[in-house]
Amino acid sequence: MSSSPNHKDHAALAAQFNKDEARVDWHDQTLWFVRAKRDRAAAQVPDWETLRDTASRIKDNVLSNLSEYLRQFEAAATRNGIIVHWAADAQEHNDIVLSILRDHSVDRMVKSKSMLTEECHLNEFLKDNGVEVVDTDLGERVVQLAGEPPSHIVLPCIHWKKEEIGQLFHKHLGTPEGNADPQFLTHAARLHLREKFLTRRAALTGVNFAVAETGEFVVCTNEGNADMGAHLADVHIACMGIEKLIPQRRHLGVFLRLLTRSATGQPITTYSSHFKRPRRGQEMHIVLVDNGRSTHLGRKDFRNSLKCIRCAACFNTCPVYRRSGGHSYHTAVAGPIGSILSPNLDMKQYSDLPFASTLCGSCSNVCPVKIDIHEQLYKWRQVIVQEGNAAASKTAAMKTMSWVLSNPGVYHTAGKTGRWFMLNVPFAVKNKWNSWYLQRELPEPPKQSFGQWYKKNRK
Amino acid sequence: MRVGLFIPCYVDQFYPQVGIATLELLEKVGCTVVYPPDQTCCGQPMANSGFEHLTGQCTKLFIKNFNEFDYIVSPSGSCVLHIKEHSHETAGIHNKIYELVEFLTDILKIDRLDASFPYRVGLHQSCHGQRGLHLAQMSELMAPPFSKPARLLNMVQKIQLIDLDRKDECCGFGGTFCVAEEAVSVKMGKDRVADHAKHGAEVITGSDMSCLMHLEGILQRQKSPVKVKHIAEILNSTIE
Repeated sequence: MSSSPNHKDHAALAAQFNKDEARVDWHDQTLWFVRAKRDRAAAQVPDWETLRDTASRIKDNVLSNLSEYLRQFEAAATRNGIIVHWAADAQEHNDIVLSILRDHSVDRMVKSKSMLTEECHLNEFLKDNGVEVVDTDLGERVVQLAGEPPSHIVLPCIHWKKEEIGQLFHKHLGTPEGNADPQFLTHAARLHLREKFLTRRAALTGVNFAVAETGEFVVCTNEGNADMGAHLADVHIACMGIEKLIPQRRHLGVFLRLLTRSATGQPITTYSSHFKRPRRGQEMHIVLVDNGRSTHLGRKDFRNSLKCIRCAACFNTCPVYRRSGGHSYHTAVAGPIGSILSPNLDMKQYSDLPFASTLCGSCSNVCPVKIDIHEQLYKWRQVIVQEGNAAASKTAAMKTMSWVLSNPGVYHTAGKTGRWFMLNVPFAVKNKWNSWYLQRELPEPPKQSFGQWYKKNRK
Repeated sequence: MRVGLFIPCYVDQFYPQVGIATLELLEKVGCTVVYPPDQTCCGQPMANSGFEHLTGQCTKLFIKNFNEFDYIVSPSGSCVLHIKEHSHETAGIHNKIYELVEFLTDILKIDRLDASFPYRVGLHQSCHGQRGLHLAQMSELMAPPFSKPARLLNMVQKIQLIDLDRKDECCGFGGTFCVAEEAVSVKMGKDRVADHAKHGAEVITGSDMSCLMHLEGILQRQKSPVKVKHIAEILNSTIE
């Protein structure tokens, strides 16, 4: 779901999330725990910063030579017996997946985690076309049963408490009411999903890395659900954004070491599965999806956000994300990285997201591929305003502020006559509509400004 | 050494005592300090709101005021970072502008201070100073720790610096973020304040008054006894 139900912006959705402060504390602490785990895991790797730098450079190379690597990958994958499709946008991607399923008369499918299919709204599309999709990642299954999009790209149901999942499973899977034991609930999900794995003839997976030189792709999961789906299905469809390429297999030695340490603080995912060719009797498809990525590649200031390997370290470290929840970003990929990727897809709809940040810069420094996320947030703000997406009142206020601050005479007069600041600076306007005062005081204006004091006391 | 003193607009208007402490401190350590009277603002409030294109006149005025000095010093990491990174056509001023702490540690290389401040103090590492100007090592990087503001504070007699659970989490001020995203901003501020209070801080200090203004606003609403002081006020303090 790309848009929020009431078209509320991030600030409004975050305010809603903050109505339950105890829950915000819990959400913040849960994700901070993951961030701290990431720190410990990263600290155990000698030359962690060199590893980040290396990954960043490899991805620079990929982005600079993307068309060549794509052709190389296509040729190698085709030689391996994989059927390669190209999709210009989300609609083409969805149509391709549907046509493959129809060719095999399949109307039920299992799917492991793929943020790309969230971005393309594949589940809704397939449902509208009579195809049932079961998400097999446990967290994804939880949010799917709840009728929600994931709130986090690695931990889709991180906003759910175990007691709530117990209730959800009681309703949908028939587990005993009041049982919130994680091991018990996981076992129930396992039994529930096992039946799906055994009976579905098609499986869709995402792709973490596609290797140009070999035509293989790597899917990382902790639950083995991608493998269960793909190995038991007659048709395996893998969907990937075109930026997921790496040049050579040996580069996995860099990325696999970074990915999970950054994501969850584990040394490596439980399963890092290489898919190279279909097994006998199986059909293997790969859909290469652009959906705005070429446009993004052409934006000089923003292109390097395509380096993202979807680890979500920037989510976990983001003090705003931790206190606003993933759904407040009303987009498939939330958090700081989502805030710089989404405006490329729809600048108007996501014009609020680059402003949902204090520009603290923590995101850029945990990023395993060194994306300058907070710099791009700042740059998106400029682009969004330049392209006419700022409210007229804000533009007028900014012009006034700029005029006063460019004219010392005006500034000093305004300062003297009742402290210009109290009337004009957005955080200082003292009236009941100014949200500064909802939960904060401002200092009483002093008798004289520093400038006035200086005039009297120096020279 | 002629130092041009840049006092950010909101410090000029709301916190003159911080400007005074900065001036006195710089004079104590031997600088000839001049405050150009026609200064206003660095332009960051507009730029961070997406209106960088409206900051040209502000920048021109800034250059006019400060071009003649050997060094420009300001008690705000955030404003200094803006001049360094986001104001264009800076006529070389971005190479000679320093945040107060880094000016004391890196340019003046001071190793002692005649200051005393007998309180338990929590240091708030403002993000633009820390991650932007590298005033201290950030917890995200796997690199040796250091902290220029802590080094200075440790030169102050009788001060007790406290530890924090989260040593460099953002306070949530963020310029216009503080009103545009009021709920999250305040929650972030409350959490910062709670971390300091939990560890027994009597005073929260930092090198950016904007963060401290936000935290002070929350402390006052909570009727907390905890106070905020800009680091210049502590380094210039002689309370026994």
